[in-house]
Amino acid sequence: MADSDGRQVDGVNHATDKDVKLQEIALAKNEGKELTKEEKQRLRKEKKQHKKNKKDDKGPPEKEKEKEKASVPAPSKPATQSPAHKAAPAPVHASESAAAAEKPAKSKAELRAERRARQDSERTSKQGKKEGGQQSASSKPKATPNELQPVVKRLPEHVQVDDPAALKKLAKKLERQQVPLRSDYGYKVSLFSHLHQYSRKSPPTLQISIPATVIHPSIVRLGLQYSQGIIAGSNARSVALLHTFKQVIQDYSTPPNEELSRDLVNKLSPYISFLSQCRPLSASMGNAIKYIKKEISNIPSQCKEEEAKGKLQACIDSYINEKIILASEAISKYAIEKISDGDVILVYGCSSLVNHILCKAFEKQRKFRVIVVDSRPRLEGREALRRLVKKGIRCTYVLISALSYILPEVSKVFLGAHALLANGYVMSRVGTSQIALVAKAYNVPVLVCCETYKFCERVQTDSFVSNELDDPDDLIVTRNGKSHLENWQTVKSLGLLNLVYDVTPPDFVDLVITDLGMIPCTSVPVVLRVKNVDQ
Amino acid sequence: MPGADKETDLSERIESFLSELKRCGSGAGSLRGSAETARETTALLRRITAQARWGNAGELMEIIRKEGRRMTAAQPSETTVGNMIRRVLKIIREEYARSRGSSEETDQQESLHKLLTSGGSSEDNFRQHFTHLKANVIEAINELLTELEGTTDNISMQALEHIHSNEVIMTIGRSRTVEAFLKDAARKRKFHVIVAECAPFCQGHEMATSLCKEDIETTVIPDAAIFAVMSRVNKVIIGTQTVLANGGLRAVNGTHTLALAAKHHSTPLIVCAPMFKLSPQVPDTPYNHTKLKSVDTILYIHILSKVNAHCPVFDYVPPELITLFISNIGGNAPSYIYRLMSELYHPEDHEL
Repeated sequence: MADSDGRQVDGVNHATDKDVKLQEIALAKNEGKELTKEEKQRLRKEKKQHKKNKKDDKGPPEKEKEKEKASVPAPSKPATQSPAHKAAPAPVHASESAAAAEKPAKSKAELRAERRARQDSERTSKQGKKEGGQQSASSKPKATPNELQPVVKRLPEHVQVDDPAALKKLAKKLERQQVPLRSDYGYKVSLFSHLHQYSRKSPPTLQISIPATVIHPSIVRLGLQYSQGIIAGSNARSVALLHTFKQVIQDYSTPPNEELSRDLVNKLSPYISFLSQCRPLSASMGNAIKYIKKEISNIPSQCKEEEAKGKLQACIDSYINEKIILASEAISKYAIEKISDGDVILVYGCSSLVNHILCKAFEKQRKFRVIVVDSRPRLEGREALRRLVKKGIRCTYVLISALSYILPEVSKVFLGAHALLANGYVMSRVGTSQIALVAKAYNVPVLVCCETYKFCERVQTDSFVSNELDDPDDLIVTRNGKSHLENWQTVKSLGLLNLVYDVTPPDFVDLVITDLGMIPCTSVPVVLRVKNVDQ
Repeated sequence: MPGADKETDLSERIESFLSELKRCGSGAGSLRGSAETARETTALLRRITAQARWGNAGELMEIIRKEGRRMTAAQPSETTVGNMIRRVLKIIREEYARSRGSSEETDQQESLHKLLTSGGSSEDNFRQHFTHLKANVIEAINELLTELEGTTDNISMQALEHIHSNEVIMTIGRSRTVEAFLKDAARKRKFHVIVAECAPFCQGHEMATSLCKEDIETTVIPDAAIFAVMSRVNKVIIGTQTVLANGGLRAVNGTHTLALAAKHHSTPLIVCAPMFKLSPQVPDTPYNHTKLKSVDTILYIHILSKVNAHCPVFDYVPPELITLFISNIGGNAPSYIYRLMSELYHPEDHEL
């Protein structure tokens, strides 16, 4: 929607007829119809009006700025064709207006001429595209074979903590959605000042009233479970999220004069903001949310509420079944071919998928033993150890510093993944890249197991630009009654760094096992392209 | 009788030293650094030289070898004990040769021709008695002790040659030599240190708090994050437990991973090790590589009985991964270590 997240609005109550008009225009856009000139002008006027109201609060209205802004939305609107990219106009013109303010002021006539020229060019290019056939309104813009998609993506908020403008924008958005803002904790290492660092001792629900009115109670519970680390692991978090959304859909009732397909998506936005305050969303959760939003907007308007709700719940169930449960069955089948008798398999931490593979292989009477590598401070390997020992598999347990000692015995390394990035890098629990590095040095094959729903279009080359910082107090340990880091906050110039993820370069990984088959690391963008075309 | 008293007193001291070594190994006694052990060993050897009964150099060397074997057996991983014994044996040989009047050069030349013609008969040469040999040997051991006391300072003096300003330096665990090295550089330069905590004993925490006292910007990271942060590190400076004859290291657990990560990012790996840590051992004896600590330090859960757990204490790092050794006599490449060793120890003493 043009009036949600994308614009700086002060309060939720502005004139509803304006809303309706804007909604109609947006609807028309969605259905692929060419916006008539009057509609475009009306939209521009509304935007200008809003900007003016805001500027009046701030001080002297800057006419030049508004002119620039008015010229920008026109070309940017034809370029962004889908609801998912509606957020783009705001930061696009925020950044452009910032740039414009620095440029010398242009005359009004010049600006108008520029604008017209731009509109004409966009319109002709859009005509050419439209000849190409019908495109479903709410699908993501597809890369037509002879045209590449312009990347007008928004930089996620959780990697912009060092930018005060972005923080203010987030605070305003959360205030509008009535979601509490969580404050950072402790001294942050300078290399990571662009990331959040929260403490587990101050949960995000401190300021929420009980019973929560704006946020559904099961979402509050889910958020707490995420922030305290009770639910951890990519698959577990996604499944919990989807189940909670089922509950939310069950309890939802369409208000009068609203369409379920649009209103439900609006209702979900504050929930998602709250969850990302509790813990930044994982790539798998992001993909799941995109899927749900797409399904919701695809509900035809004449569908009755109960029918629609039932359909959505069935969609969610089939997503979980296909992408997670059946996928892990398929992956196990492929992976078991790679496990032979007498193997010594090394695993790291607790990956639900890798544990599943090993249990299945053990059921199929393969003879192997497992070495579980664990690392401080999470010590997730103990959970994996417990599950494997319960099955009856012979296990050995070491800490990650003993890797060079134990690796000469190992014949294969199986690793799980949090996400697979489009440039072939594997994003996984911190320490995975270290294991792949040492395994490569000893010539031991490294196999990564990952479902396709975790594939993500981002690219990243190091573990700094986009990561998660966990509670730094976790690093404190007491040995022989003494804990040296107890008062680390009081010591200036001491910082504790508790990273959650790291990226493994593709030359360390020999094979990726997915539900589509066994592929090399570099084929990830091919899979993404195939998936997008399917959808 | 004073003679007997001296002897009993001497054997008492030896016994107490042996029991100290044994206790340190099991972790029950106080943790002492290698420098202390080296000093105490040398002091004890000086006492043996002064108080034990011996007539000629050969007998003295026999006594020292015997005691040396007992000491190394008490604590095989503490190699400084063996190193000091070999140093003292070399001192005795040198002093003997000097007393005999023959030049040191010719005696120590190990040409193939000499080996074939002379046929290893230098043993008999040590039977001659010299009155001043005792005094000379004790003086030489005193010089050795002075050298030992100054090693850490000598190494720290070189710090400013290797650390420039605004660097990010990575280290692992706790090494007193590296601590002194970094503190010395911090007096004049500002830089940032990342310490890997080195589980399960987490000595890295102590190192970090100690460095912070000198106002050095320090960050503590868990071992799992070593590769993740390595791309921002300019140098890796580590200490070690032993330097092996081929230029490799026996260092604390996790050092091999650190060295591999540094090699991958082409980051120089600098080892600060005083000369008394240089040992003529070679790395192909797997028993000597590691020492397994009791595993209840890593696992406390009840399934311990169904699971094998390993907790090695040391790692072997091959010489290809090391860029530079900084010792009290200066900086050296790992390929030069064998030469230094031949200057410090006599080849016949490699096996005690």
